[in-house]
Amino acid sequence: MFRLSDKPVINTVANLVTVAVCMFAFVFVVMVPLYNVLCDALGINGKTSGQSYTAVQAQVDESRTVTIQFIANNNEGMPWEFAPSTTVMKVHPGAVNGTVFLARNPMPNAMVAQAIPSVSPSRAAQYFHKTECFCFNQQPLDGESEAELPLQFIVDQDLPRDIGTITLSYTIFDVTDMVGAAVVAR
Amino acid sequence: MGDHHHGPAKGLSRWLFTTNHKDIGTMYLWFSFCMFILGGTFAMIIRAELFQPGMQLVEPEFFNQMTTLHGLVMVFGAIMPSFVGLANWMIPLMIGAPDMALPRMNNWSFWILPPTFLLLASTLFMEGGAPQAGWTFYAPLSTTYAGPSVTYFIFCIHVLGLSSIMGSINIIATVMNMRAPGMTYMKMPLFVWTWLITAFLLVAVMPVLAGAVTMMLMDVHFGTSFFSAAGGGDPVLFQHVFWFFGHPEVYIIILPAFGVVSQIIPAFSRKPLFGYDSMVYATASIAFLSFIVWAHHMYTVGMPVSGELFFMYATMLIAVPTGVKVFNWVSTMWRGALTFETPMLFSIGFLVLFTIGGFTGLMLSIAPSDFQYHDSYFVVAHFHYVMVAGAVFSMTAAVYYWLPKWCGRMYNETMGKTHFWISFIGFNLTFFPQHFVGLAGMPRRIPDYALQFADFNMMSSIGAFIYGASQILWLYNIIATIVAGEKIDKPKVWDGAEGLEWTVPTPAPYHTFETPPKIDPAHAHS
Repeated sequence: MFRLSDKPVINTVANLVTVAVCMFAFVFVVMVPLYNVLCDALGINGKTSGQSYTAVQAQVDESRTVTIQFIANNNEGMPWEFAPSTTVMKVHPGAVNGTVFLARNPMPNAMVAQAIPSVSPSRAAQYFHKTECFCFNQQPLDGESEAELPLQFIVDQDLPRDIGTITLSYTIFDVTDMVGAAVVAR
Repeated sequence: MGDHHHGPAKGLSRWLFTTNHKDIGTMYLWFSFCMFILGGTFAMIIRAELFQPGMQLVEPEFFNQMTTLHGLVMVFGAIMPSFVGLANWMIPLMIGAPDMALPRMNNWSFWILPPTFLLLASTLFMEGGAPQAGWTFYAPLSTTYAGPSVTYFIFCIHVLGLSSIMGSINIIATVMNMRAPGMTYMKMPLFVWTWLITAFLLVAVMPVLAGAVTMMLMDVHFGTSFFSAAGGGDPVLFQHVFWFFGHPEVYIIILPAFGVVSQIIPAFSRKPLFGYDSMVYATASIAFLSFIVWAHHMYTVGMPVSGELFFMYATMLIAVPTGVKVFNWVSTMWRGALTFETPMLFSIGFLVLFTIGGFTGLMLSIAPSDFQYHDSYFVVAHFHYVMVAGAVFSMTAAVYYWLPKWCGRMYNETMGKTHFWISFIGFNLTFFPQHFVGLAGMPRRIPDYALQFADFNMMSSIGAFIYGASQILWLYNIIATIVAGEKIDKPKVWDGAEGLEWTVPTPAPYHTFETPPKIDPAHAHS
């Protein structure tokens, strides 16, 4: 049976406890960041880059037309009116395009929203570059007021040939409680 | 140490303060049986509701609590502790050790379990009810939409994880340091081998589950957004973290079961186990592969095709070492002098039904067709073939096989065989039709269903009641054996059985192998 002088048992236990602690840390320091990095790098899950894209000088490919569809959704309990100003655009790869989404806060109090984009098919996400997007920041809006939320984007010339339609969907979340009153008052 | 030869202490304090591996094993086994009955009761409520289409007995919210608790109680309360109990009882006896390496921690890892399950069961009576997000508790169902009981649930999972990790560390420390002289690794009985590998899996993945529920806790109470898209997180991340734990978890459940039948089939075939070495390597291969296949549970989340292909091929690869095992068991029986006592019947039942569950697993591993099977009753049928007919049948076989050694009395063979046949018929009647309704589109975890599924569901429910009732017969048989079974005193209860546990007197004395046994170097593994 185990005695304090029993070196091999103590070593085994110490090693195993280390493994267990490392696996717990592994979840936070490896799995979560790795997941986010992979989603960013590969554009999987339809996640587009959270950073604005610096446009590079490129030829506009006039020979090709890509249909862009816009969808707006409210997360559960989000009372804002939120809609794209146009639902469909036809664009050429390489060209800079702009549109706006319309948001209105019907509540009496100021609120803060965060829009989360998603691109379908998810393969297209890495070819859909946003030079300006309201989703890069949180959107504060006073009570009973409205705003136009701008979006500028470029479709990459390298977009695979078989993709003719890209759907960009935004879901708007109420993050007022998360950011606290400081931002609301701004 | 003069106090080494005392018998057990008297009264309740014996069980509360015991550090004896046999006492702790017994407590684990009885506790898991209680949980088996509790989880079974939840299953009976589910099947009673599904007996006919339409809302019959319970509210949908309560139905969801039943499916959730049934899964949690069966996985973490019944199957896992039952095998830990078996490990406690048998591993020191099989490797010639006087006790587990860390007896005090052993006591603790058992005694934190009952209060934890009491707490989990008490959530049923809380405002908002028990957790209802399923045993896989996907975010955001388990975070944004969870009732207040989710905090208790998270605490329970933390404590269960702690208990499992302590139990596993104990098993590894015992197997690595306490083997009798001459008991080399490749002479260990296969049950010890499978548990050693299982324990490593547990140490590696229980912390991952703890991490997942810690993130849930932070999302629910501390304003983080690991799984909330609004704050930049992603609910799909939860599924990856969960199944990174969850897939090794299914092998944690089944590997000790493999070990058990690898002991029993040779005993009643009166032949040594065929392909011992390949069994060890197959077990290790399955354990390794279990870490790289987790996303086959989530083919429908929208992974890139390359990801689907990787997880599909890796999953199919598991069929190879598993096939080796099934081949070895069948080859062990080939031209053996077979007899069909109850442990052997349950082992053969395991072999046949687990293989069916393995085949449906292969069907599910095919990514393109999984889109149809996903979250349907086909999945329910598949994992009950491997969990019930796999793990529970093998555990039942283990109890019949070693019960005479534990208590020095023989169980009633006729009642045992009756238990087997009722279980076998009841089980298949319950779960075989679920393949059909699943393929036809009946979704899991829904309290109502379309009319065309009515007949098969009624069959399923009748089968479930039969299977459930047969476990009462088992309980009666066990109690009757302990109280008034026919006494036996020969060390080798089964004439074909091999292994050190059959060299100690029957019933096994309170202390065994205080001086290590001599292992015949020429003798092959037991």
